[in-house]
Amino acid sequence: MKQEVPERGVLGLGWRRLKGTGSGPRAQAAYRPRFRAWRLWLVGVPNVCLKMVLELYLDLLSASCRAVYIFARKNSIPFDFQFVDLLKGHHHSKEYIEINPMKKLPSLKDGKFILSESVAILFYLCRKYSTPSHWYPPDLHTRARVDEFMAWQHTAIQLPMSKILWVKMLIPMITGEEVPAEKTEQTLLEVKNNMQLFEEKFLQDKMFITGDHISLADLVALVEMMQPMGSKYNVFLNSSRIAEWRMRVELAIGSGLFWEAHDRLMKLAEWDCSTLDPMVKEKICKLLQKFR
Amino acid sequence: MGLELYLDLLSQPCRAVYIFAKKNRIPFELRPVNLLKGQHLSDAFAQVNPLKKVPALKDGDFTLAESVAILLYLTRKYKVPDHWYPQDVQACARVDEYLAWQHTTLRRSCLRALWHKVMFPVFLGEPVSPEILAATLAELDVTVQLLEDNFLQNKAFLTGPHISLADLVAITELMHPVGAGCQVFEGRPKLAAWHQRVEAAVGEDLFREAHEVILKAKDSPPADPTVKQKLMPLVLAMIQ
Repeated sequence: MKQEVPERGVLGLGWRRLKGTGSGPRAQAAYRPRFRAWRLWLVGVPNVCLKMVLELYLDLLSASCRAVYIFARKNSIPFDFQFVDLLKGHHHSKEYIEINPMKKLPSLKDGKFILSESVAILFYLCRKYSTPSHWYPPDLHTRARVDEFMAWQHTAIQLPMSKILWVKMLIPMITGEEVPAEKTEQTLLEVKNNMQLFEEKFLQDKMFITGDHISLADLVALVEMMQPMGSKYNVFLNSSRIAEWRMRVELAIGSGLFWEAHDRLMKLAEWDCSTLDPMVKEKICKLLQKFR
Repeated sequence: MGLELYLDLLSQPCRAVYIFAKKNRIPFELRPVNLLKGQHLSDAFAQVNPLKKVPALKDGDFTLAESVAILLYLTRKYKVPDHWYPQDVQACARVDEYLAWQHTTLRRSCLRALWHKVMFPVFLGEPVSPEILAATLAELDVTVQLLEDNFLQNKAFLTGPHISLADLVAITELMHPVGAGCQVFEGRPKLAAWHQRVEAAVGEDLFREAHEVILKAKDSPPADPTVKQKLMPLVLAMIQ
């Protein structure tokens, strides 16, 4: 499951546009990333000359990374895609720890300025690149609605959605053991309840969370709700309002970009976890005791 | 009707909102919501916040939940001094970074420390095994170290030379385990010095007033059985 990094374009910025083949949303993806920066570090190229282009350290398996990736691409923000392979434990490497000592993704590096936390990164990109105002509306009340969702989602959406992926697929895959049914049921119930809260409080009868236009809140909500799809669990089935909103957000982003960003997640079931670093596997097993 | 803030100073995020509003002389009506009596579960309160949590804000017809959102709303509406949430894009990003990070890390550790050490045994009458308590306190230790190593480092405040929303949110979180009798600042001179600076910047009287309730958490009377029944599943979900 190699993930590739966009090659630099003519002016050393942006990426090369490649033609897709066949039909369907994924084949229409205009850009194919190419494996890149890790090779430089491996051969010991010194980091003396600071890159002027923005660097985003990402693995699209992570919902937070997908939010940042989609936002940057959608807004044509030029950046270097620095692939940090979560499945190979590269976020624990010496090189990455220098970028983010807390070993989390995504990270942003803008010259000497390094920033973690996807919500902070999204706000930073909005401000620095003066993106269209609907992403983070300037109106006091509307902006507060985005802030409200962005704060709530950490524990109410991101964590439980990620838990489904772990409980239904990653834990059994990595440890060879099933999670107790009671624990799985508990997780699914929590997600169901929070999706209901999402619909009743945040979405209601509107097109998008803030009203008529997509904002950062919709983007973050959707990429997180997609996480269980990696284990073939679809949280959009229970409510037609949510299903319709999901489609609207996808279309506002662009189906090509949306599905390109979700490709790695959707292929997770094919991952050969015997390639998982044994030390990382041990760390995961210890972490997983908490789930049991 | 002017600005209303629905608060219980037992709650860390409520303390941050309370201190911020008072410090910046933002006029508001305090609407107390007694968590230990389950008042946040009432139908009346659900009209203000369907998420059934405090803090909550009501400004005319506009209601708002989530302390970070409330702090940012107050910052913008009342045009408070710049240091709280700087205009400078990179300085502001540092505050955003902390406010995002803390939800699943320090907030969680501090909440668990209070409940496992004090609230479960004293208020709910439920014993907590020494192993669980030890694990919770160890996790708190790790998180506080992360705060010091990754955010405070050698700076005066978490995000730079001046106090910001990040410091206010962090200090009110740390007072939770302090209220439970945990010595989080012991053996951490840098963090202890930062604590003093934050308290001085906020004002000692205001700081003390905001923390009166949490510092008496150990003296909470036991819960009424009906209240306990209502609160138990929510508490368990909150601290998992």
